[in-house]
Amino acid sequence: MRKISFSEATREAMAEEMEKYPEVFVMGEDIARQGGIFGQFKGLPDEFPGRVIDTPISETFIVGGGVGAALAGTRPVVDMHFADFIGVAMDEVFNQMAKVRYMFGGQAKIPLVLRAPDGLAGGGAAQHSQSVESWFIHIPGIQVVAPSNPYDAKMVLKAAIESDDPVLYFENKVLYKEYAEVPEKEDEVPYQIGKARIEREGKDITIVSYSIGMKNARAAADRLLNDGIQAEIIDLITLSPWDKETVISSVKKTHRLCLVSECVKQGGALAEVAATVAEEALEYLDAPILRYGAPFTPIPFAPTLEKLYRVYPDDLVKGIKGVFQGTI
Amino acid sequence: MTVTISKDQAIKFYETMCTIRCFEESVKRDFLNGDIPGFVHLYIGEEAIGTGICAALRTTDYIESTHRGHGHCIAKGADINKMMAEVFGKRDGLCKGKGGSMHIADFSVGMLGANGVVGGGYNLATGAALANKTILKNDKVSVVFFGDGASNRGTFHEAANVAAVWKLPVIFVNEMNCWASTTPYRTTTSVEDISDRAIGYGMPRVIVDGQNVFEVYDAACDAVERARRGEGPTFIEAKTYRIEGHFVGDPEKYRKKEETLQIFNDTDPLKLFKDQCPDGIDFTQEELDMILTIARAKVQAAKEFAVSCDYPDESEFYKDVYVD
Repeated sequence: MRKISFSEATREAMAEEMEKYPEVFVMGEDIARQGGIFGQFKGLPDEFPGRVIDTPISETFIVGGGVGAALAGTRPVVDMHFADFIGVAMDEVFNQMAKVRYMFGGQAKIPLVLRAPDGLAGGGAAQHSQSVESWFIHIPGIQVVAPSNPYDAKMVLKAAIESDDPVLYFENKVLYKEYAEVPEKEDEVPYQIGKARIEREGKDITIVSYSIGMKNARAAADRLLNDGIQAEIIDLITLSPWDKETVISSVKKTHRLCLVSECVKQGGALAEVAATVAEEALEYLDAPILRYGAPFTPIPFAPTLEKLYRVYPDDLVKGIKGVFQGTI
Repeated sequence: MTVTISKDQAIKFYETMCTIRCFEESVKRDFLNGDIPGFVHLYIGEEAIGTGICAALRTTDYIESTHRGHGHCIAKGADINKMMAEVFGKRDGLCKGKGGSMHIADFSVGMLGANGVVGGGYNLATGAALANKTILKNDKVSVVFFGDGASNRGTFHEAANVAAVWKLPVIFVNEMNCWASTTPYRTTTSVEDISDRAIGYGMPRVIVDGQNVFEVYDAACDAVERARRGEGPTFIEAKTYRIEGHFVGDPEKYRKKEETLQIFNDTDPLKLFKDQCPDGIDFTQEELDMILTIARAKVQAAKEFAVSCDYPDESEFYKDVYVD
């Protein structure tokens, strides 16, 4: 099967959706002339003249204008350049995009996708490296997705564009450059927002992650095999509304749960998973829930400090082995 | 006046202004009686602006309204029974009772919603204009209403710049009513005429008497034509005054009641209407009184309808969060 990058996969998704729906367009900073900082929009302006729009540095317009364009009957995709900049347009996200449907009694549909490149990229420091998805899972009315591989990147973006509800699409900056198998269009399986996927089956512990956190999950699971521990890996893919059933039924099978993400651990996106499992499946757990995420600091610049911000497979392996101490 | 007005149009203007006035008086009474939940913000004294602007629009054109939005909603053609039911929080309201006065909308007539966030509407109207001009390629026009207070939001800058640089069909209608909640504009606003700000964006601006529906309509027709011709946005500053408190129940300790009443007496657009009519259009006082009487009866019927409706059923609670 062909291998393409995460970045190229998102580009393909855009092209196919723009081909299919004349009302899809995209706007953001440096996406037409430059093709996006990460090349994720390259070539689209030539294929779809007038539908890839370079905006001024005006995030409230990019998001609020996207909401207005959706109200007028288009399916806008808006790009945030860096996820860190969503803060500039927070009112447009949580008071406008997320609310107009409900507060107007269902008169409005907001088929809007907000794309937000996130995560540590080496030296991006405090304002260009954050993973901010957890802010948005607290907001009813929007959906939050964060794919972990090129194939999902493509299928989740297509699903997001076709959704009649607003979607925040977090795409990790390091993952952009990763290549993996992506089927040809005719062999694609559509993604349904809200569904998690069991990426690897196992019987001893459930590891739940998403986006770049999945690299830690996979690496840790590989190494745990040496100790005879078979981890089940769940890629959550959609963080809101998240797939509670898949996670809980896995926990009922493995009796142990480990959560890992790159975002700040305190109030992180997976804290909701931990809380829900504690509420609804505590009696199935044989051990405390393990949870890995970033420490509670802004992201430092110096490599010696930035490395302290990261979670490593070692952390998971150590913690998970601790859970099994004396039982295996 | 550059636009010719027929007597029928003038009747319509007066009818709309009377309907807004009666609607607001009715809402005020019912709010003070404790029959309406939440907050309401009244448009009394500013009726000529919404009326004149919306008269220049088609039903398919869009408006973005404000927390002080009943007048815009009525002028754009919303059904006043359903509007009143919404203000009362009833299930037969325009938004099924989920929005209330501050979040009222009627998409069937292009009223894309009041906004509880001051300055929240600029980008929505401008984005709709971008979609209409660039992607959907129709000639719809968007209007965003906002006060002098809202002109201090940064969102104004972002939307105005984009609208001007891309020549989008959006009209910025500033209701310069001199008050941002309890704060007089001179203490917070760097210009005397809010529309001075349009100059910085290369956007044409016009200042009109917001108490004169004909003058407002005239300016609106020019702006709408410009927008439909693809020549871009216009800033209309309509000078008016906020006669009521910020919200119903506002003790208004920040200003003198007598002064406000004097201003209302001198500038009430309903009172001034007869003398403002262009040459060749005349009304007898009896004709005007009749229009007001009919408006009052319609609003009374709307209120009775609203009162007779049920509140939304609890089964509505989770509906409309998402489409699916």
